[in-house]
Amino acid sequence: MKQFKRDERPVIAVTLNGRRVSAPAEPRMLLSDFIRQALGATGTHVGCEHGVCGCCTVLLDGTAVRSCLTLAAQADGRELTTVESLADQDGTLNALQNAFRNNHALQCGFCTPGILMSFTDYLRRNPKPTEQEVVDVLSGHICRCTGYAGIVAAVLEATGTAAPKTGGKS
Amino acid sequence: MKPHPFDYARAETIDEAIDLLAEHGEAARIIAGGQSLLAMLNLRLLEPGMLVDITRIPELTNIREHNGKVEVGAAVTQNRLLAWPDLKEKLPLLAAALPFVGHFQTRNKGTVCGSVAHADPSSEIPLTLATLEGEVVLRSRKGTRVLAAREFQRGMLMTARRPDEVVTAVRFPVHAGQRAAFREVARRHGDFAIVGVAAVAAGDKVKLGVGGMAGQPAVREFSRGTDFADAMNTLAWELEGYEDMHASSRMRRDLLRRMGPLVISEALR
Repeated sequence: MKQFKRDERPVIAVTLNGRRVSAPAEPRMLLSDFIRQALGATGTHVGCEHGVCGCCTVLLDGTAVRSCLTLAAQADGRELTTVESLADQDGTLNALQNAFRNNHALQCGFCTPGILMSFTDYLRRNPKPTEQEVVDVLSGHICRCTGYAGIVAAVLEATGTAAPKTGGKS
Repeated sequence: MKPHPFDYARAETIDEAIDLLAEHGEAARIIAGGQSLLAMLNLRLLEPGMLVDITRIPELTNIREHNGKVEVGAAVTQNRLLAWPDLKEKLPLLAAALPFVGHFQTRNKGTVCGSVAHADPSSEIPLTLATLEGEVVLRSRKGTRVLAAREFQRGMLMTARRPDEVVTAVRFPVHAGQRAAFREVARRHGDFAIVGVAAVAAGDKVKLGVGGMAGQPAVREFSRGTDFADAMNTLAWELEGYEDMHASSRMRRDLLRRMGPLVISEALR
């Protein structure tokens, strides 16, 4: 059994996007703050901090979870995947990111990292979703810019269930 | 906001977890998925002195069928149960209700037992458990207690769990071959229901569960041929409903009058 007092700062070790990293964290530290503040990976955004907006969604051992509803201590020894992992080293976007760009699926971009991570998990389980299934997964996110239609179109384009729009850069 | 400071313990066995509860009493809280608890901690609605993490206790990760019931361990997530290959056949009501529980992202972490232990009056899993007349398994140093769902959930966020007990599993009676139906009204898909209605039918009998109308789910049995519009009106007045920021009690009664007959007819089809 591992047991820590409230003012202790045990070292939490995780694999972040394939790299082994570690940092101290007190028991009450949220995984979202651990990723941003202790590990310096600020691509993961924090919106509501009570599990409603979905901005902080990351993959924990490959499944999409709210990092604001997870303690850093609960991620100890596990694998984290964040939005920084999606594009290539040289900045080339992956298919899902490209589809977001082509379909005006983001404006301010605050909610985008969370949405990308949700669909990174979901599309692995269900590579050819229906529009309704995409909407269902998207219900776990709040976007105040796009009205969601562009996001749905982007996910469908990325999965090849809708024709790609012309004119987008790739 | 951030949670108030607390001690943290990661138990590796059930005995370790119940020892901590015996020692710390009401100051300690169990954390599994944390999808309700951590939101409440972040909002500082709760300030426990210690969190006991049970998600890495191997014996709590099982889904197993035993004596006509499916026992779901306390570390099993809602999405894992949803992906259980026998779910549709053996627990059709749960298969109908689970997609309404939170969102894909919260079901990845939220547990089946955690939802029951949290005991929100409009929550889908406690409603399903009550409708099926399932059981809750509790463990403490004193031993194991098994409570019927209706004995367990006492009122809004209130259960019969004693401070030294851990909910280790819930048991859903297998109802293969029965027809199930589930509907709810919520402000946004995945939010807590304002009113949820569940039904399972065997032959000419239908069992109806209603959530969101009282502190705990209400379960009634009806026969085919009943005047359901009339029966739902009577039930709506009996349960009365409560007022909150989402709906008046009058709206809740009206939702039951509309959804009740519909869900019953879907189960009796």
